[in-house]
Amino acid sequence: MAGVIGSAIKRREDPALIQGKGRFTDNLSVPGMQYASIVRSPYAHGRIESIDTSAAQATPGVVAVFTGKDIEESPSGGVVPTVWLLPTLKTPPHPILASEVVRYVGEGVAVVVAENPYIAKDAADRVSVEYEPLGVVCDPEDAVAEGAPQLFEEAPRNLAFEWELGESEPVEEAFTNAPKKVELKLRNNRILPHPIEPRSALASYEDHSGELTLWLTSQNPHVHRLLMSLASIGLPEHKIRVIAGDVGGGFGGKIHHYPDEAIASWCSMQLNQPVKWTATRSEGNLTDAHGRDHVTRAALALDEEGRIRGFKVETHAAMGAYLSTFAPAVPTYLYGTLMSGQYDMPAIHVSVKGVFTNTAPVDAVRGAGRPEATYVVERLMDLAATELDLDPVEIRRRNFVAADAFPYQTQVALEYDSGNYQGTLDRALEIAGYDELRAEQTRRREAGEKPLGIGFSTYIEACGLAPSQLVGALGAQAGLWEAAKIRVHPSGSVTLFVGTMAQGQGHKTTYAQIVADRLGIDLESIDVREGDTGEMQFGMGTYGSRSAAVGGSAVVKGLDRLIAKGRLIAAHLMEASPDDVVFENGRYSIRGGDPSEGHSFGEVTLQAYLAHNLPEGTEPGMEETAFYDPANFTFPFGSHIAVVEVDPDTGEIELLRYIAVDDCGNVINPMIVDGQVQGGVVHGIGQALWEEALYDDGGQMISATLLDYALPRAHKVVSMELDRTTTPCPHNPLGVKGIGEAGAIASPPAIVNAVVDALKPYGIRHLEMPLTPEKVWRAIHPGEDA
Amino acid sequence: MTYPVSVEVNGQVHERDVEPRLLLVHFLRQMLGLTGTAVGCETGLCGACTVIIDGETVKSCIQLTVQADGTKVTTIEGLASNGDLHPLQKSFWDDHALQCGYCTPGMIMAAKGILDNNPHPTEAEIRAGLKGNLCRCTGYQNIVKAIQNAAKGGE
Amino acid sequence: MYPAEFDYVRADSVQEAIELLNQHQDSKLLAGGHSLIPMLKLRLAQPATLIDIGRIPDMEGVSLKDDVVQVGALTTHAELTDSETLISLCPLLSEAASRVGDPQVRHRGTIGGNIAHADPASDLPAPLLALDATVHMVGKDGERSVAIGDFFVDLLTTALGEDEVITRITIPIGKDSRGSSYLKMEHPASGYAVCGAAALVSRSNDGSHVRLALNGVTATPCRGGAVEEALKGSDLTDVAIDAAVDDHLSISEPLSDNFASGSFRVHLAHVWSKRALKIARDRVSE
Repeated sequence: MAGVIGSAIKRREDPALIQGKGRFTDNLSVPGMQYASIVRSPYAHGRIESIDTSAAQATPGVVAVFTGKDIEESPSGGVVPTVWLLPTLKTPPHPILASEVVRYVGEGVAVVVAENPYIAKDAADRVSVEYEPLGVVCDPEDAVAEGAPQLFEEAPRNLAFEWELGESEPVEEAFTNAPKKVELKLRNNRILPHPIEPRSALASYEDHSGELTLWLTSQNPHVHRLLMSLASIGLPEHKIRVIAGDVGGGFGGKIHHYPDEAIASWCSMQLNQPVKWTATRSEGNLTDAHGRDHVTRAALALDEEGRIRGFKVETHAAMGAYLSTFAPAVPTYLYGTLMSGQYDMPAIHVSVKGVFTNTAPVDAVRGAGRPEATYVVERLMDLAATELDLDPVEIRRRNFVAADAFPYQTQVALEYDSGNYQGTLDRALEIAGYDELRAEQTRRREAGEKPLGIGFSTYIEACGLAPSQLVGALGAQAGLWEAAKIRVHPSGSVTLFVGTMAQGQGHKTTYAQIVADRLGIDLESIDVREGDTGEMQFGMGTYGSRSAAVGGSAVVKGLDRLIAKGRLIAAHLMEASPDDVVFENGRYSIRGGDPSEGHSFGEVTLQAYLAHNLPEGTEPGMEETAFYDPANFTFPFGSHIAVVEVDPDTGEIELLRYIAVDDCGNVINPMIVDGQVQGGVVHGIGQALWEEALYDDGGQMISATLLDYALPRAHKVVSMELDRTTTPCPHNPLGVKGIGEAGAIASPPAIVNAVVDALKPYGIRHLEMPLTPEKVWRAIHPGEDA
Repeated sequence: MTYPVSVEVNGQVHERDVEPRLLLVHFLRQMLGLTGTAVGCETGLCGACTVIIDGETVKSCIQLTVQADGTKVTTIEGLASNGDLHPLQKSFWDDHALQCGYCTPGMIMAAKGILDNNPHPTEAEIRAGLKGNLCRCTGYQNIVKAIQNAAKGGE
Repeated sequence: MYPAEFDYVRADSVQEAIELLNQHQDSKLLAGGHSLIPMLKLRLAQPATLIDIGRIPDMEGVSLKDDVVQVGALTTHAELTDSETLISLCPLLSEAASRVGDPQVRHRGTIGGNIAHADPASDLPAPLLALDATVHMVGKDGERSVAIGDFFVDLLTTALGEDEVITRITIPIGKDSRGSSYLKMEHPASGYAVCGAAALVSRSNDGSHVRLALNGVTATPCRGGAVEEALKGSDLTDVAIDAAVDDHLSISEPLSDNFASGSFRVHLAHVWSKRALKIARDRVSE
């Protein structure tokens, strides 16, 4: 089917989902299933003095109650590990149930298994735990201070690691000599991933086979299986089958390997019964790995014309109480490496302290490191524009990496593959009607009306994670290649297995488009399957906007091998040399001959299975497994413009318009790509305006339910104005980049820049996210108390 | 204690003895196996559990099953008729108004509530009508579009 | 997410509800459940018995009797929003009800349950206060009526006795031409009022009268009595309204939370009071 790539094909996932037939983990039941409820610490830091489970045990309907001691005494590993190691990293163990010390509110200390979730909760409430409270520290800067409470003996000053990138000498030199300097301290607010589906696990162990089947809300089932086996429950990998059915959003939160899913599995193994655990919303909010939580000091050195000479960034990044799965990579290799933004910066130095705090662990949330970096870069660019009295557009123009400068080597390790930054900005300005907007801003200022603000974010993203050798050198305990298995059935229909795992990205549609395009067959003849470790040998899952670029490339690689095999068979059937056989529109034919006299891919496949008449040395059957290891990251980019209005009397912000022009290389399904942009942008708007996972000084999470944690709602956002440019990725076969995170990376600085732009007449340099009305109002009215 | 209830769900009457504390959403999901109605929060603020009771949209996680005794409940599973998708189901599919699909059943039921009360809503009215439903994937843009298109189709 | 166990009984009449309240220790009334069930799910409330009054006949709906609007305690927010009687005679209450929660919540939440819960950030208290509403309740000693201003005693605390049931709320309707407005700053997460202002302006032969009340700002809804006094007979120009609010609105012991501090709430109270009064003024039909 030529032309199927690039078409807005309706999603094949949807018929089930719009009829309520989704196979989400908590929807599943198996005979004999019991329910787990986890008893959680109400203290942010404390020593467990005693646990009395007798009343819980005595509750009718309770099957079992276990504590951390029970797990310690079993031959399970009993921990969840981190899999990204940095040279100085401290890795204190993270037990799946705490038995001695708890380090954040919500950490599990016991588990009840009962016949229904109501009884399980009743009994969990009856587990009596005594704690000796210990000192609490939640802020990453406070945590490294002299005298701060210490989370781990092995991590003095609560330092999990210290890390740096770039050369400091040229940066210091630039700062010594540069005529202009701009400095800012800024915080990147801690946010929740908050997929609408809470995490859930249904573990079913059978002692006669020694096998565990684990249905899981997972973005990467194979990684979960591996870590479960190596570290958590002591079962060999081949005895664990992880199945992620439909996953109700992830946004990073379902990448990580958590204690709770391991506890459910361990309980099932003890009881030889299926055990389901599903997080309640507040439980999920207390224990899902959070995102961001950086405190950063950054400074730009510039010349008189606003050209950047040097950039230095110092960040304290909270790790939370334990190191989550990919946590050490997020504020380092996914953050420091992005500090060049879209700009030609001659000298950059980034240093990061990873800090233990008495909070939920912090790990990747949509964008993971790149939103934090983009926020620092784009805020500093705007501040520099203000202090040099330049238009924010002009300062960007003067510093862009030129369109003819690719591949471009940054001072922070990355080599950008392709780009045209001026191109997306020009298009965004055109859509926005920039001159009219500025005129309106001036008019309002003169008329004393509500201030209007125009905010820019010209972002770069590194995604398509990632070249295995490179990430190995940087500390990853895994390769980040991807695998595809393409099974062509004798009748010519195809089942494609890929090691990625969608949580809404529409892989069943997108991958099918690739197959249909390459093999020239109907979409109806193609099924795409993901998420079952029993079907696919390995894969690295879906995060870091990697599925199209890495998974899609694996699919293409496998398809090309199948086509090559088919060519041999077709040539044999047509008594021609394979070199003379072409494959076009799904048919093999003699070059220059009549295609109708050739053979379709299906016909050739049938011959491969019949195997009555195959060329010598050709195996029967038609199936390929391909592994694709990317040559580089891919580098999507774009220009976003937010237009806001601020009510100076109340501090309320109204979003008026949002323009996004993105370039993610070639597009397989424009409808899906637009949907990813829309969702991502609104995700980032949420971070900028409303969302904050906030702890009080005692380590209690103030915003653990939706009564306090504000997600974007329909009536608070607008329909966005979108467009694209296309600069293909030069190093993968589809020329694709990635778009799942771009919106969330771009939009926070666009919003904050817009609000600060609106409030420029008040002399406001910066406002911290989320931009709550009180914060904005107080900035406008310093020192004023009503 | 248990309490006898009779609830008509998607045209079928179910008589059960339930614990008074059993939430309607758990009655639907766990006792009747109608898992299309989802649970996304615990404070009645996400709307994933939205169903229609006697013609009105209701969050089934802030209703006890005993309160629904004697009522007619429509869930997402009861929306298509004779195998034909409801116009909102069609428009959600056509307009890519869902990604992960977890909020979708509640979102479609809420959308039905909007159009049942106001067959030709403006964008602002649609957005206000969706106030009780959260979607983390779509940014709402295509949901609004799908509801607009379903409304047009109903002319 | 999973409420603790409780017993459940259904009352078919107010009298039966009162008897059940007396019979069952540690019981709570259940109407729409939209204030209570979230508390049960978080196990912040664990009553022994729920007495369901949601099916008692004749406790629902809006009617007019002798220039007094009668609102049954089981009337839902959606019914308040859509009531023709309220829209024409008492639009302040229907406007405020339209701002409660979201459509689903408005379909089930009731006015009786709302005021009995006495959440200061709820939308109905200020309008009811501005409207000089009266709460009628029945207990084993018979019926009694309490002015809405005396009904809210403290945060989540009312004058409702342990064995009493709210049956209706009444609102006197004046004959003069009136305009009203309810405005709020909505909490971005919960949708509750960080500050809600209800304003009512009436014009009669002896000049203008205003009534002003606020919710979300203090532990119980508060009336801007001094502002009302200052604006008595005023021509209600913007300047006059601004001056009256600036000089006479005083808020003591404001609520404070992470989203909005006490002093910010006080500031908001001033801003929203002015805005609500001006809109109400503009809505007075001449």
